[in-house]
Amino acid sequence: MQSAQTSLENIRKDFPILQRTVRENKPLVYLDNASTTQKPNQVIDAINDYYRNHNANIHRAVYALAEEATELYEKARDKIANFINIKNRDEIIFVRGTTEAINLVAYSWGRSHIKEGDIVVTTEYEHHSNIVPWQLLTQEKEANLEYIGMDDNGELILDDLDKYLETGKVKLVAFSLMSNVLGTISDVEAIITKCKKAGVLTLVDGAQAVPHMKVDVEKLGCDFFAFSGHKMLGPTGIGVLWARKSVLETMVPFHGGGDMIREVHKYETTWNDLPYKFEAGTPNIADVVGFGAAIDYLSKIGMDNIRQHEIELTKYALTKLSAVKGLHIYGTKDISKRGGVISFNFADVHPHDVAQIIDEEGIAIRSGHHCAQVLMERLNVAATSRASFYIYNTKEEIDKLVDSLNKVARIFKL
Amino acid sequence: MSNADIYHEMIIDYSRNPINYGKIKDHDTTFHDSNPLCGDSIDIDMKIDDGKVSDIKFHGKGCAICMACSSVLTEIAKGKSIDEVRNITKNDILGELGLENLQAVRIKCALLSLKVLKFALYSYLGKHLENNPDVDKLKEEAANLY
Repeated sequence: MQSAQTSLENIRKDFPILQRTVRENKPLVYLDNASTTQKPNQVIDAINDYYRNHNANIHRAVYALAEEATELYEKARDKIANFINIKNRDEIIFVRGTTEAINLVAYSWGRSHIKEGDIVVTTEYEHHSNIVPWQLLTQEKEANLEYIGMDDNGELILDDLDKYLETGKVKLVAFSLMSNVLGTISDVEAIITKCKKAGVLTLVDGAQAVPHMKVDVEKLGCDFFAFSGHKMLGPTGIGVLWARKSVLETMVPFHGGGDMIREVHKYETTWNDLPYKFEAGTPNIADVVGFGAAIDYLSKIGMDNIRQHEIELTKYALTKLSAVKGLHIYGTKDISKRGGVISFNFADVHPHDVAQIIDEEGIAIRSGHHCAQVLMERLNVAATSRASFYIYNTKEEIDKLVDSLNKVARIFKL
Repeated sequence: MSNADIYHEMIIDYSRNPINYGKIKDHDTTFHDSNPLCGDSIDIDMKIDDGKVSDIKFHGKGCAICMACSSVLTEIAKGKSIDEVRNITKNDILGELGLENLQAVRIKCALLSLKVLKFALYSYLGKHLENNPDVDKLKEEAANLY
């Protein structure tokens, strides 16, 4: 942060969970932010306040509470549109999370636009949520799924994309803005420029990027953009699909039910306007409100400050971890091309054993395949350990991580 | 017990130098399974002669707990009759390594190989003993191990 330590301390005070201890009275060192983030009082209080004071169903009833609830819900939509620089708020669709957003696109857009022999392109470093929906779709349609490969530096091989685009059969390229395992930031500009030139739609999975850096979706120029609230201080169970209006208008509804209709007759129904056409049933109102509070919190700190803080932490961690004998770090060392996610393996010790031993010191890191088995195969490993940072993490916590790895080395006689 | 205490000498030794690690080319039965959440992945090959497990080997990738338990399991099973092997319980494995109080999230690491062994045996018995209702019990037991 710009005003360094004092503001960081203030930030930590906002997170009640960071005050607790775990295991044998060890202060919690939470380094699993790529998986989910902790919540500040401001978010917890917003949800609490909603249930205590404003709870009602939205968009229908005329009484005071319903009006308040609707306003809170729709205000959050405006905040989110503004946060990712989208002019048309009707293009912001609330979903459960990035996974549901991508499945919505695969179902509502994919099933009517993908035909036999067409190609959907994804990448080798995608999360399962940006692979499996496309497998389901292409299998059903007898279409083909292709992968943009990854080089040994953890960066995408864009020549692969050119090769697929040349076939003239590609209908969609779906890729993440930032890898959840390697932290690689994709060369989004190059990918979208190539796709636009070829008249191919693009879907960007922003789940890892939006929480950590300023993302201007309008400027990106993609056609679909997805991200989740819980990875950016918001509650679980709420996320966003943004899609260009002209594309949304070519899509069939995802779920049928209340709120998504204009008129329902015995044998036919007309659809509600955007975005409601894609928001069937009573939505997750309280968590939308909480998500809005998270956006306020992040905006107040400033996304550029957050990115700067994480660059410093990541640089520090890369230096410290590189000095641990036997520790192998995956992905690029070029800090401008990576976010605050560091995957590593420690000699021949299985990541689960690493995670369990350092858990004794109160340190929470992730171990496993991180829902990216295609990438694990590419790296030729069964699993990795992963430390991922956020606004409340400190250099002292990274020191603790490094110290605890020395304990692993002792136990495993490395 | 403290969770780090599970990493005692025996576990580390077994994971570093697994016993019965490898493949059996002319096996009589084999089975593979993995734990979807953690990626532990184990294959067990068995040679069966005169109703006995004359040879057993495992291979795959896993954490120290998984590798140590696979080693112990194959040591226990080797040379035993089919009946004895099918009656190996989870406590036989956990007890051998002092893992009786292993936390729930790691139990699957410890018992994956036992599950694979039981399925391998089930597949062998299914092929060799027709109409034996007892065999289905084994499958059910394996499927519900953890």
